[in-house]
Amino acid sequence: MSNDTLNPKVMPEEPEKATLEGKNKFLGFWFFLGGETVLFASLFGTFLALRNSTNGGPSSQELFGLDLVFIMTMLLLTSSLTSVVAIYQMKKNNFAKMQAWLAITVILGFGFLSLEIYEFYEYITLEDFTFRSSAFGSAFYTLVGFHGGHVLFGLLWILTLMIRNAKRGLNLYNAPKFYVASLYWHFIDVVWVFIFTVVYLMGVI
Amino acid sequence: MTENINSTNSDGYYEQKKKEEMKHQLITFALMIIFTFIAFGMVLAELDKLFVIPIIIVLAIVQVIFQLYYFMHMSHKGHELPSIMIYGGLSVAFLTILTFLVLIWW
Repeated sequence: MSNDTLNPKVMPEEPEKATLEGKNKFLGFWFFLGGETVLFASLFGTFLALRNSTNGGPSSQELFGLDLVFIMTMLLLTSSLTSVVAIYQMKKNNFAKMQAWLAITVILGFGFLSLEIYEFYEYITLEDFTFRSSAFGSAFYTLVGFHGGHVLFGLLWILTLMIRNAKRGLNLYNAPKFYVASLYWHFIDVVWVFIFTVVYLMGVI
Repeated sequence: MTENINSTNSDGYYEQKKKEEMKHQLITFALMIIFTFIAFGMVLAELDKLFVIPIIIVLAIVQVIFQLYYFMHMSHKGHELPSIMIYGGLSVAFLTILTFLVLIWW
């Protein structure tokens, strides 16, 4: 195993693009991200258009508090940095450290997700604000919930990669997989930046 | 200091480059945190709505550009097609949001 082409002693400069499969994955994933951008835009457009249609139910000013959102934002921003560090360790061919940083990323991500679930739970039980309350409710839960779904998918994806490759170690076959998963994680953070700005901050004003 | 003349990735040049990149990424992270603080701070300070909203949107866009170029490595070589895709996506995204808003608010 030590000297075949997929498992070189010294990692090339860009291990994620060293193979044709890696190059294709890299391009294909960016194509996918372009599509995801449009998908989220349609949800943002719907939310912006309907955010004042409260149908007599709670409005965003009455609902949103910024404390929880701020903590969630910090968790997700930090997890974006830790996944950057993981890829840095990947390029240095340091598998154990990469796994450790990915583990921190996953923990921060689960922290974010639990806070989001807690937030939804409070809205539904205490404020009686549900998906069916109003057009604002539907648009809010669709947009933020869709992002939450992406977070969950990203976490399961990274965890799967970590477990599947735990004994294999890093090689040119799985380096693109880790790289692409980290791109996905950053993209989730990009979407969240707009969610906390457009949904929460603009909702509180 | 010994100079390494062949360019495998074990030589100092790439090490230096990686360190440099990590430095940029840490600066990016610090800026993102600062922008977030400014955005939340401006909303908590209850300034005028028409003043705050454009600024927090610009802050979000700048933050995302930093994220794309430094965290997602778009500043590296070989990102021509990814740039086309993401900017193509962003233009369609802009048109989509504009359409929805005009449809509902007109």
